[in-house]
Amino acid sequence: MSGALAAVAAADPLLEVVGLTKRYGARIGCADVDFDLWPGEVLGIVGESGSGKTTLLRCLAGELSADEGRVGYSGGSAVVDVLAMTEPERRRLMRTEWALVHQNPRDGLRLGVSAGANVGERLMAAGWRHYGRIRETAADWLTRVEIDASRIDERPTAFSGGMQQRLQIARNLVTGPRLVLMDEPTGGLDVSVQARLLDLIRGLVRDLGLSAIVVTHDLAVVRLLADRLVVMKVGRIVESGLTDQVLDDPQHAYTQLLVSSVLRV
Amino acid sequence: MEPMIVVEGATKTFTLHQQGGIALPVMEGAALRVLPGECVALTGPSGVGKSTLMRMIYGNYLAAEGSVRVAGLEIRGARARDILALRRETLGYVSQFLRVVPRVPCLDVVAEPLTALGTEIGEARERAGTLLRRLNIPEALWSLSPLTFSGGEQQRVNIARGFVHAYPAMLLDEPTASLDAANRGEVLGLIEEAKARGAAIVGIFHDAEARARVCDRELDVAAFAPAAPPSSGHEVSG
Repeated sequence: MSGALAAVAAADPLLEVVGLTKRYGARIGCADVDFDLWPGEVLGIVGESGSGKTTLLRCLAGELSADEGRVGYSGGSAVVDVLAMTEPERRRLMRTEWALVHQNPRDGLRLGVSAGANVGERLMAAGWRHYGRIRETAADWLTRVEIDASRIDERPTAFSGGMQQRLQIARNLVTGPRLVLMDEPTGGLDVSVQARLLDLIRGLVRDLGLSAIVVTHDLAVVRLLADRLVVMKVGRIVESGLTDQVLDDPQHAYTQLLVSSVLRV
Repeated sequence: MEPMIVVEGATKTFTLHQQGGIALPVMEGAALRVLPGECVALTGPSGVGKSTLMRMIYGNYLAAEGSVRVAGLEIRGARARDILALRRETLGYVSQFLRVVPRVPCLDVVAEPLTALGTEIGEARERAGTLLRRLNIPEALWSLSPLTFSGGEQQRVNIARGFVHAYPAMLLDEPTASLDAANRGEVLGLIEEAKARGAAIVGIFHDAEARARVCDRELDVAAFAPAAPPSSGHEVSG
């Protein structure tokens, strides 16, 4: 694989982001972003709309090409720079070891095919060929995300928003990725559905030992989901640390403003 | 014997950027040593900084100066992942508030610290159930979210969650407040058992009898009030 930086050591982070910068002409999308992510960790990225958090996620996922920086990923035996990968290598990574969960499930699902095919497709992309096993695994994953397996042949358009989001999660996790990128995974859902989804994501992270980066503007969501927090403002990280420490003892003026702006129920 | 929890010369200042950047010094020169098997009570009037000191030990508030060490780890400046590992394995905290994902059953809320350590779910639930039974949470409630429970029940769920793993160091923020005599007795019993197995405990107890029963020493946090006290009555919550 191109972009190999070094051999992976046991103490290495899963992901090491250094100086990631994306400009839109003269405007900054995100700039000088540095952070590490360790196996089994959930990192929350918070900030208002326009703070650059989605730009950052899309650069990581390869949906946008970064202008500068390095994203070291300890995959397999070598640390590779994801930004230096060729397009086929990156696409392969995104359908095997990494996954991207979109805010709108319609962006992450294929609406014209059945729920089972949505899950099975990723397995086939990862090289599975046995139809019976693919269908069985898809049915198992539908159950894991609390969708009745009897609905395997229905199209996602017949599902509610919460079910579609759970289906998107099943589609992404079926190949056992090591890193999941999530953009506002609970956005646009009823609060009761949000709670169930949060519990599901936490359980999957714990049981599968995966790492996740969760972009959200919802501080209540990150408090329950993320181990660590990065706060972004106009494209830059202004504060980072343990989630509860950043929320309970924010140091930066912008974080204090964010925390003090939340309505409490 | 090496102390499990050591605080030396710790200071805490809140800088309120939303209010013109006023700096509120709330603690100066805090010092504390807790040996394994020892329970130290933090005392002093409301707002003096008992919870603040406890939160500094937990890594929830950042100490501005000095040293805060738990099981040999310097909390000030520690990497987030090292604090997370410390909290998972070594340092338990029973706060006054139950903060959990809505709709997760009570039994799983209590079992979670064990599953986070890799204990198999069946065994974790069994140990969670033993504690809930001891703290008189009726079995009929175990499958419900504790967020629907009464204040006293939520507090007992919080306590069960805090005691389900045998943490070598524990922070207890008013664990006996608003409990009836029977449950208060159970909680004090849990604390005595934790001490007996060698846990180092820092606690805040408004109840003088509870203090007398489980605490070996008292530390008046008012001694760490800054030289020039904050002019307004800024009260540190929680």
